[in-house]
Amino acid sequence: MVGPLIPMGIIPETWNNVIALLLGVGFGFSLEASGFSSSRKIMGTFFGYDFVVLRVFFTAAITAMTGIFYFDYMGWMDMSMLYINPYYIMSAIIGGIIMGFGFALGGFCPGTSFTGVAIGKIDAMFFSGGLFIGVFIFSELYPLFQGIYNSQNLGDAKIYDLLGMRSTVFAFLLIVAAVGMFYGAALVEKKVKKVDY
Amino acid sequence: MAKNKRDGSFYINPYLGGVLLGLVLFGTYYITGRGLGASGAVKSSVVSAVHTVAPVHADNNKYYSKFLSDDASPMSNWLVFEVIGVIVGGFLSGTLYGRLKFKIEHSPKITNRTRLVAALVGGILFGVGSQFARGCTSGAALSGMAVLSASGIVTMMAIFGSAYLFSWIFKKLWI
Repeated sequence: MVGPLIPMGIIPETWNNVIALLLGVGFGFSLEASGFSSSRKIMGTFFGYDFVVLRVFFTAAITAMTGIFYFDYMGWMDMSMLYINPYYIMSAIIGGIIMGFGFALGGFCPGTSFTGVAIGKIDAMFFSGGLFIGVFIFSELYPLFQGIYNSQNLGDAKIYDLLGMRSTVFAFLLIVAAVGMFYGAALVEKKVKKVDY
Repeated sequence: MAKNKRDGSFYINPYLGGVLLGLVLFGTYYITGRGLGASGAVKSSVVSAVHTVAPVHADNNKYYSKFLSDDASPMSNWLVFEVIGVIVGGFLSGTLYGRLKFKIEHSPKITNRTRLVAALVGGILFGVGSQFARGCTSGAALSGMAVLSASGIVTMMAIFGSAYLFSWIFKKLWI
């Protein structure tokens, strides 16, 4: 079966929402079981006392990436059919910086806050509530942001094309960098004083 | 296993967690042709709520109207179902490992009230930022990295880079 299955018409569209729910369960379970329902565990990555975010995030990224490239290479999935978020340079950077600010104050990102809500974290409920307010504020003030939001669109640009590398070379370097960070994280964790949470 | 798995302190190995999450993400791309997300569900809910309360206002606003079409309700968005799944999955894991408890988690140096205000403001900022970046840590950064998109890598570096700097400014909130 050549993927992606739903866009190829192998699984009918009507299953879309059922599949969304099931994949969401897997997503939520992986996040909570790894410790992402705890803001202080998440924030450990920035202070060096617990690198769980770094480990889970980069392991997940390289696992999914390797699967996608392998399936594409074997002809089991057509990578060109996958949806790629368009790259609007300024908007992506400004949005990322604002999110990082929110991350440092709130200790969650949207997905992790939902798993916090699921197990009864009241701080996660306030964070999640804030998300709705933030989206509402952005939408209402959209005319102010419209210029930045729509400028410098590079479409579905790939990082390896921008860097003038072959995709496989970049993927390999990313894996090497991830392993290097895992090694460095273990060294830092040993030196940093443990935090009880 | 010597450790009591049900006292809430047990977490799976982070590399195992990463592989599980990576397989879910890979499966999502293989089945649906798109990645995972979280903030998109919030956007759909806000669009839907505003459209219900003030339909004319929503139609006239250039942002809401992008996501309103005559044939589909914005709530029938894929990500809304996925996020319902996230909550169910988180609840299952929390049940399995004994973590279901109403709790406010914060540094001993701050009060509950400070923590809740910071969480709310953090959520608001994350909500605003995720609209600029067309996705959050899940939809823009993680899903984008899996396909090596420029937007994914740049957003990831911006989020973690600025979070690192700001977290030291707000150190007292955490340690």
